[in-house]
Amino acid sequence: MSYKSTEIESPVGKILKAREHVSQNEGLIFEKSAPGKRGMELPPLDVPVLDASKALGKEFTRDAVEGFPEVSEIEVIRHFTRLSTWNYAIDLGMYPLGSCTMKYNPRVNEFVARLEGLATEHPEQPAEVSQGCLRILYDLQKCLLSITGMDAATLQPVAGAQGELTGLLMIRAYLQSQGNPRKTVLIPDSAHGTNPASVVIAGYEVKNIKSNARGQIDTDHLREFCTDDVAALMLTNPSTLGVFEERIAEIATILHERGALLYMDGANMNALAGVTRPGDFGVDVMHLNLHKTFSTPHGGGGPGAGPVLVKKGLEPFLPVPVVVQKEDGKFALDHSRPQSIGRVRAYCGNFGVLLRALAYILAYGPGIRQATEDAVLNSNYIRKKLEGVFDLPYNLPSMHEVVFSDARQKKHGVSTMDIAKRLIDYGFHPYTTAFPLIVPGAMMIEPTESESREECDFFIEAMRSIAAEAETNPELVKTAPHSTRIGRLDEVAAARKPVLRWKPEEGGSR
Amino acid sequence: MRYLPKSPSERREMLEAIGVQSVNELFESIPEKFRLRAPLALPAALSEPEIIQYFQARAAENSKGYTSFLGAGVYSHVRSVVTDALVQRGEFLTSYTPYQAEFAQGTLTAIFEFQTLMCQLTGQEVANASMYDGSTALTEAVLMAERITGRHRVLVGRSVHPEYRHVLQTYAKNLGMQIEEIGYTESGQLDRAALKKESLEQAAAIVVQSPNFFGVIEEIAALAEAAHRSGALLVTGIAEAVSLGIVRPPAEADIVAMEGQSFGISPSYGGPYVGVIATRDKFVRQMPGRLAGQTTDAEGRRGFVLTLATREQHIRREKATSNICTNEALFALVATIHLSLLGKEGLREQALQNLAKARFAQAELETIPGVRRVFSGPSFNEFVLEFPRSVKMVNQDLLREKIIGPFALGTHYPELTKRALVCVTETTPRAEIERLAAATRKILERPV
Repeated sequence: MSYKSTEIESPVGKILKAREHVSQNEGLIFEKSAPGKRGMELPPLDVPVLDASKALGKEFTRDAVEGFPEVSEIEVIRHFTRLSTWNYAIDLGMYPLGSCTMKYNPRVNEFVARLEGLATEHPEQPAEVSQGCLRILYDLQKCLLSITGMDAATLQPVAGAQGELTGLLMIRAYLQSQGNPRKTVLIPDSAHGTNPASVVIAGYEVKNIKSNARGQIDTDHLREFCTDDVAALMLTNPSTLGVFEERIAEIATILHERGALLYMDGANMNALAGVTRPGDFGVDVMHLNLHKTFSTPHGGGGPGAGPVLVKKGLEPFLPVPVVVQKEDGKFALDHSRPQSIGRVRAYCGNFGVLLRALAYILAYGPGIRQATEDAVLNSNYIRKKLEGVFDLPYNLPSMHEVVFSDARQKKHGVSTMDIAKRLIDYGFHPYTTAFPLIVPGAMMIEPTESESREECDFFIEAMRSIAAEAETNPELVKTAPHSTRIGRLDEVAAARKPVLRWKPEEGGSR
Repeated sequence: MRYLPKSPSERREMLEAIGVQSVNELFESIPEKFRLRAPLALPAALSEPEIIQYFQARAAENSKGYTSFLGAGVYSHVRSVVTDALVQRGEFLTSYTPYQAEFAQGTLTAIFEFQTLMCQLTGQEVANASMYDGSTALTEAVLMAERITGRHRVLVGRSVHPEYRHVLQTYAKNLGMQIEEIGYTESGQLDRAALKKESLEQAAAIVVQSPNFFGVIEEIAALAEAAHRSGALLVTGIAEAVSLGIVRPPAEADIVAMEGQSFGISPSYGGPYVGVIATRDKFVRQMPGRLAGQTTDAEGRRGFVLTLATREQHIRREKATSNICTNEALFALVATIHLSLLGKEGLREQALQNLAKARFAQAELETIPGVRRVFSGPSFNEFVLEFPRSVKMVNQDLLREKIIGPFALGTHYPELTKRALVCVTETTPRAEIERLAAATRKILERPV
């Protein structure tokens, strides 16, 4: 078999993964507009026509929306199809963004989310005609409780950050019910930025605690910081270094002895599902990111879902409504919960995301453990093959992701961002750069279970090749990417004089 | 397992390459007592046809075959198969937040278009992409007003969606904010006479929704003037965005918080939808959420990047304008494609159809003895009727006729029992409106 026509020369030999491709130019939809065109027609009106300004009063009406596009159906199809070809995606290849868990998004999930009888349902319709929706929510709750070992759940939060806020509000309500909501929440320096931002909205002060030399929570330090003012510790486990907190039991005990709670950010649950349960190792409150561990598509930034799971003592404080099964077996929404924190979003959350997550869990069943094992296997395989090529700042057992640094390449003036951009030329999405903050020049790689050995090998080959280029031809790396339709963009100019919408007079060139 | 691309021998070879005997060794950092020994208690794995069967069975337990007259913040509108086909392209569906701009110009360009469309619709200067939904967008708009004015009191119309107000209360509870609710008049509009001078002078914002929860259009210009006279801002929520096809945009408002579900997004039992915040240029640095901005590469080619990120949590952490990270980008794309298809004329025609059908339905229902319209203000595609008996009881009977009746306002407004919020859109056939009227008439003619 000959791959000759698709090979690329590289410092480490021939590379098979990527090749250049035609990229079509395309203006903005507004620039294609011409009066009188349209891409959608409505059935004719079957009641008498009304004049808007007569019916509503002139002061309440407007003319047609100025500047709105007028284009035909085929132009819309071509426009958005062309735009789509400018994106990279999981469906095209490995997306090793650490902490983001970019795994395969099963197509059947898209199919079932669009079924008539599910996509069509109104959130205010009576429970008698919503039993299917309610059962989906109930079944998902049961599955998530089983996976996490927790006691009660809310599916209302629509993103990880909203889950964090919900969990913190529940902690506050719980502590308040004990007499004192307390003042501060402890956050390790390796945490996601949403953690401190959520703490502030929950009315708490953030106290950062430093990781020890092993990138783990320093339990002596924690003991010292854990005063009677501390409401909770927010812990990501495995940490953003991809390392399990080996002293998790001790951490929980320190907190509990002081009357504080352990909150777990479940962003990295893909390392744990089926292997261990947060409910067993002392977690009181946690959230899951269904758009990470449970495969719902990221869609260029969202939607997500951030269910919150709690231990029994916090159950009274769940947001309203709560999905319950009544004695007659029927499902219902329970709104009368006097100790509830209230609502964090209208209706029952992102139902369409929740049902996709259930479809994912149903596909695996208890075999979800295999996905976890493969995710951890892939990350350790990549780590093994790239050790010695890139600096490994924390030499600890990796779980689902591995964090290298650019320390070796920095000597040649090549940074983590440069290497990330050069990966694009090799047909890969970059890994996560410059995070976690405790690793200068971090290169955070999370392959997930969705990558075959072949795709992992292509990635390893690309990374080795770039490391060689950093030594022999650093300029090539520093000016990457070279294969995209545009080069590195001037972000400083974008922020200094923001142009945040198209206007007819400054439409710009195509 | 079909989603996992490794053979048993590949797994073995990879373990060998790592230098371990078994995969369990890779989990030894988890203390032994916490490692599961038994498989999780989950239902047995299902094949693709079985998954479809499970969900089809659930769909059959819902409202298939029923006609609904519910609105109250979620609306059934036309959707094109084109939108669904485009949005399911893997390049859009399965890509991440466009931080690596060179490799994500598709998403970024569409976001820029979305921001532009939202500005054109709302009469505002800048719009973000996106917030979770209308309820959280309104809440974040209020927090934004608090940051801008440095004031902590908020005057919220009771005619704002009750669940939106509930979300606002949950968020505001621990932030030292005072929320004062303002009633409504016989027109169904916010009671401007109830805006007390001493409250206004401490107020960060007046918060209204237009069309409001009763379907009535608010007097935005007058409210903005009242707010501005006292140094407060006007925050305007919009739950039914199709109204903007004919209703005057809230250009005088300082912050607009909109739910975009009406733009091609299915009701889906409550989400995902797409929230938007639009405002004046001068407030952009206090805005939450992601923004795409236009710029160029070294060769002067136009491109788009996420910009003004110093407002956001991944840079500013506890000092960020919001904790939002994951948003509803895919549904911002749905709205962008949908509005591109519908276009200038289509949106106007759709809005006019809603108005005409709602007025037709209102006239039909008003001929029933004992049924009368409650509010006198101008309404779009929803209107409030008084029934001679409990709306919930009428709805029970309608359900037997395979009609999901109007929203019972007594659920959220104790003073509005026997009041029904009826919604009719362009998707409601005339024959179904007539069937609702006939069925309601029959039910109300029956003795209780």
